[in-house]
Amino acid sequence: MSDLFWILISAMVVNNFTLALFLGLCPFMGVSGRVATALRMGGANIFVLVLTAIAAWFLNRFILVDAPYLRIISFIVVIASLVQLVEMVVKKFSPTLFRELGIFLPLMTTNCAILGFAIFQTNRGYGLVQGLFFAIGAGLGLTLALVLMASIREQTELAIVPNLARGLGVVLIIAGTLSLAFMGFAGLFTS
Amino acid sequence: MSTLSNVPIGAAPAHSAPFHPETPRLELTASPHVHSADSTMRIMWTVVISLMPIVAASVVFFGISALLVIAAAVAGALVTERVTGPRNTLRDGSALITGLLLGLVLPAGMPLWMPFLGGVVAIGFGKVIFGGLGQNVFNPALVGRAFLQAAFPIAITTWPTSGSGLFALRGDNFALPLMSASAPDVVTAATPLGLLKFEQTGTDLWPLLIGNTGGSLGETSALLILLCGGYLAWKRYLDWRIPVSILATTGVLSGTLWMIDGARYPDPLFMLFSGGLMLGAVYMATDMVTSPVTRAGAWIFGAGIGALVVLIRAWGGLPEGVMYAILLMNAMVPFINRWTRPRVFGTPGRRSRA
Repeated sequence: MSDLFWILISAMVVNNFTLALFLGLCPFMGVSGRVATALRMGGANIFVLVLTAIAAWFLNRFILVDAPYLRIISFIVVIASLVQLVEMVVKKFSPTLFRELGIFLPLMTTNCAILGFAIFQTNRGYGLVQGLFFAIGAGLGLTLALVLMASIREQTELAIVPNLARGLGVVLIIAGTLSLAFMGFAGLFTS
Repeated sequence: MSTLSNVPIGAAPAHSAPFHPETPRLELTASPHVHSADSTMRIMWTVVISLMPIVAASVVFFGISALLVIAAAVAGALVTERVTGPRNTLRDGSALITGLLLGLVLPAGMPLWMPFLGGVVAIGFGKVIFGGLGQNVFNPALVGRAFLQAAFPIAITTWPTSGSGLFALRGDNFALPLMSASAPDVVTAATPLGLLKFEQTGTDLWPLLIGNTGGSLGETSALLILLCGGYLAWKRYLDWRIPVSILATTGVLSGTLWMIDGARYPDPLFMLFSGGLMLGAVYMATDMVTSPVTRAGAWIFGAGIGALVVLIRAWGGLPEGVMYAILLMNAMVPFINRWTRPRVFGTPGRRSRA
């Protein structure tokens, strides 16, 4: 039990995919303009991660035992089809959200956070339950980073940012400072 | 234009007044009606003055090196503010406070170019990049400190002992950038929190209160910081709710842990008076720009910092977490402000709107 708890916390804050491992930076920069959008992007990420965890476990258990060299390509294929699924669902149920997320929804296919997650899960030899906790933790971590960034960006929208840093420049500085702050979680619950 | 607000609207200028000056008349003036002598400049310089006893104490404990480190941090902050910031912002004293606070959270033995660089990063990436005073998200001094912690983890955790002469250097203060510091004969000591974390040794309460323990310049004397902060709180230049909430949360949570397992977790008084908690709670967290605007928000903000401090100190890999706790809660401030937004008078409340 404490092992599962540690996996969750570790993926969420200690080894936060965005702020500690610097994975999945494109949605982090791209859809962090509004808190509501960021929250839904986080939700989509959690959904894809959970499905990926199940699919990756299945692939590792039954198929890739015989053909480990197919690992990355099969992961990408599986993730791409999962993202297609999410895209269709989102397009059907919330056209507004579909437009807000824009290119970043299909781009989840090539999102390094998702592929990285599948590879981490394989390398650490997680079982199905551990993988699910890892997925939820990683997804919550991505959501946390996105939402924090979005709320800060909403606040700094009215700030008189110097010309040279306007736009993505100041976003990168905020991301760097957030990452510095998350260094405080290093080594949490390991001793 | 500046005299416009003093002229009663609707009243004719005095020299052309047709009526007797004694006649009571209705004066209609534009707001604001209640004036206060407080201004950004006055508040900032009062804070600077209130920091002076702490600076003096650090010089008493750590000698001339303390003054050098603080001066280097201040110089870095002021130069950056002057070069990159908007015009005439040096006078408001906010960059000076950033420099002083940054200097006070560094150890005395650092090569001077590091505090200088920290000051540059603090003002440049902590404040100017967001548009200057009043628009920054994170406390600038802590941004500088976090940068130095990440860049020079060894130099920033080499704590000299207090005492041993006013003019003795506490480290190779004059090492050149990117050169390895020649190791002078300096007695170093772990901080009380480091002793606890890595060697399971406690420290008595009295040295913690007075401040003659190992540690950063200004984080050692809890009593003096409380006195100086009390003065600011009395002048209402800092929101007393934030430090009270931080200290109460830390005390209650660490007290609970201590009662559960007294051998593993330190007692709450040690938690309160060790490390940077006092300086952080009184001077860093109460930064007007980076703390919540509402009263309820101030309580939540402080409670969050206290909880994070206990979390990082008790279970984290680092002995001290006040800096990270404050930075993390700084990031939460937009959220806290949103949650605690007061109801506009005359509008239906959140519940009745449904």
